[in-house]
Amino acid sequence: MILARVVGTVVATRKDPRLEGKTLLIIKPVSPDGKDEAGYIVSVDTVSAGYRERVIAVSGSSARMAAGCKDTPVDNAIVGIVDEVQLD
Amino acid sequence: MYLGRVVGRVWATAKNASLEGQRMLVIQPLTPELRSTGKPLICLDSTGAGAGEIIYWVRGREASIALLPAEPAADTTVVGIVDTIHLPTAPGVGTGEKGAESRPAGAAAGETGAQAALERTEAGPRIAQTGEAGAQTAPDGVPAATNGAQSAPDGVPAATNGTQAAPKDPAAPGASRTPTHRKGRRC
Repeated sequence: MILARVVGTVVATRKDPRLEGKTLLIIKPVSPDGKDEAGYIVSVDTVSAGYRERVIAVSGSSARMAAGCKDTPVDNAIVGIVDEVQLD
Repeated sequence: MYLGRVVGRVWATAKNASLEGQRMLVIQPLTPELRSTGKPLICLDSTGAGAGEIIYWVRGREASIALLPAEPAADTTVVGIVDTIHLPTAPGVGTGEKGAESRPAGAAAGETGAQAALERTEAGPRIAQTGEAGAQTAPDGVPAATNGAQSAPDGVPAATNGTQAAPKDPAAPGASRTPTHRKGRRC
């Protein structure tokens, strides 16, 4: 799982039927101390995350374990909205 | 499975229902020589690992299997806490004397007892030959055991236990982490 920040949304009309009703967001990975990292990911939102919010994203087949993503063609899902990161 | 160090924690109130009740840790992946490699990541925890501890973690679908029967939406999970690492062939870890040198260096860098307790020596008998190395193992190992029991990481109490025999060291972490290892083996 990685930390990421929501930076945008994706709208797709023509898509797999199993993706209908799912929110697709563009997220950008961030380091635990809050700095942006390279790249971006299109991710399915399962927690109603908002713009600029820091989230936890899970990738790979584990994304399908998220509630609401069973048996869907999804390889990345937002599974949490970060309250706090404590670095020791 | 990969090695890593616990460097922080993450809290999230709004999260996927499958993640309810799961601990989330910030992990810095490590090489077998315990150097940092790659970016930090968020892991679920099946072991109760504490701050600064060296752990091993799994990636992929297996990560949620480690937490059966819950099967949370996780792609990385901590499945074990490392007691010792032996690297006979690694460069720069050739002799017991070198291993003894590396530990004070780690302590100077502000690292916790858990890492200092890790032995990077050639073989077990080698430690016995080098009296100094054995003497250092005991005080370092004791705070490592207290880390496993979730108390505050603190290297200072080591001084009071300096007279403990080295053979007691492996037993202490083993005793405190028995439940941990059972969980680890389950997957």
